[in-house]
Amino acid sequence: MQTLNTTALKRPEVLNGDPFLVIDNVSKIYPTPTGPYTVLDGINLTVYEGEFICLIGHSGCGKSTLLDMVSGFRKPSEGEVRLQTKRITEPGPDRMVVFQNYSLLPWLSAFENVYLGIDSVYPNKPKAEKVAIANEHLAMVGLADAANKRPRELSGGMKQRVSIARALALRPKVLVLDEPFGALDPITREELQEELLKIWSDHQVTVLMITHDIDEALFLADRLVMMTNGPAANIGEIMNIPFPRPRNRARIMEDPEYYNLRNQALDFLYRRFAHADE
Amino acid sequence: MTVLGSRSKKSSKLGKAMPAVTKYVVPPLVAIAVILVIWQLIFSGPDANLPGPITVLQETWDPLIIDPFFDYGGTNKGLGLQILASLGRVAIGFSLAAIVGIALGILVGISPFVYRALDPLFQVLRTVPPLAWLPLSLAALQQSDPSAIFVIFITAIWPIIINTTVGVQQIPQDYRNVAKVLRLSGPKFFWKILLPSAVPYIFTGLRIGIGLSWLAIVAAEMLTGGVGIGFFIWDAYNSSRLSEIILALVYVGIVGLILDRLVAFVASKVVPEEQKG
Repeated sequence: MQTLNTTALKRPEVLNGDPFLVIDNVSKIYPTPTGPYTVLDGINLTVYEGEFICLIGHSGCGKSTLLDMVSGFRKPSEGEVRLQTKRITEPGPDRMVVFQNYSLLPWLSAFENVYLGIDSVYPNKPKAEKVAIANEHLAMVGLADAANKRPRELSGGMKQRVSIARALALRPKVLVLDEPFGALDPITREELQEELLKIWSDHQVTVLMITHDIDEALFLADRLVMMTNGPAANIGEIMNIPFPRPRNRARIMEDPEYYNLRNQALDFLYRRFAHADE
Repeated sequence: MTVLGSRSKKSSKLGKAMPAVTKYVVPPLVAIAVILVIWQLIFSGPDANLPGPITVLQETWDPLIIDPFFDYGGTNKGLGLQILASLGRVAIGFSLAAIVGIALGILVGISPFVYRALDPLFQVLRTVPPLAWLPLSLAALQQSDPSAIFVIFITAIWPIIINTTVGVQQIPQDYRNVAKVLRLSGPKFFWKILLPSAVPYIFTGLRIGIGLSWLAIVAAEMLTGGVGIGFFIWDAYNSSRLSEIILALVYVGIVGLILDRLVAFVASKVVPEEQKG
């Protein structure tokens, strides 16, 4: 990896922090009738508190598997994932997940979807406070007026906003997003990227996000983790994205460094680790 | 969009503004009329084994058709009372089957171990014809009425169990993941995810179950006797009152249809809007 712009341009709080989320020599191996199949092979990644990390890689490279081990849906075959030195063994509200397909409960309103999580995680808070938290987070994503609508009455972008509100209402330490904007149209996607960025800087939450979109990663992330192709995928390169914050999309795109980084990422994905069928 | 689509299709096929009455009521009426005419023609001779429709009407008009609720004592009652008696048995047997079946189905759906243990058993037992249970239940319960109710119960319960199980097993992984990450408690998972997700399947089971109950009660009553539409038919056969059998069959069919639609109606009220296919 290039060393010209590493630590100097990181955000200051990142510089001084202890490792927050550590993926320590993690492998995932599935037994198959024809012998063990290695999806991920010896992944090491250290994430600092408040960082915004994007993961990119071709489909089948095990990015989702890796995030599933952070969120706790799957267990590593070897190695371990630690959050603040505590080993992750199961899903929990300190690592909230925003799924690509929103995963809202269709029979609950936007408010009820957000409230369900709050009620489950803080059973002892008074009801008025739980209601206030739900409303506050719906307002944060601009959905105060749509609180009583069911998911099917909401657009894709609105559903993903509810999903983000549901996640953040629980004050997670890590926010895990698996291609959250993949199904949205480009304009909605850009809007939500900007909102996510604002929420992230307001909440100081650590974000791990899978994306297929290099521009999205360059706009959002502090570091872009590029994965090699599976089987036995690994981290090929970690790119530091040095643009100062708060970021402005137009200004970033005028920066010559933007195209430099973009070409590096494209080169990685489409030349050095080009997918067989792309 | 779908409304627009279907409307345009309708207008191109059938011409404009055909009233629903003409479209949905006239064709079945025509079909019934044709069947009645054919029936009348086939069984109009003096040697016919079965009565034609006109004969049926003449022989059953007084008192069976005009007074469904006469009561001359014993089993000599109007068809309305006979059907009510049968419906009463179905109500008890089916309600018990619904309660036990849904509870058992949820249990089997939640636990893979219980599923592996019980599903083979269910698959065998559900193929046992309803009436095959009757001798056993008569022997065990010693009374005809509880035996008939047990037959209803054991007939209706299998589709309810099996559909409820499927309904619980098909809860999308996404919702299970949400439950895991939110650490939903058992009761919360049950009320907020399991039940709303499974309720369409539960109602499919209930609908099949009520249909089978009605099939079974007529057969069971033929054997157990007493007041009820099944024994009414059997009694009429033994006394060669064939017209009464035909009239009773019409009533049985109509009541069966009403029961089916009743469950469908309840389902349409209970199943979450978002879950309707």
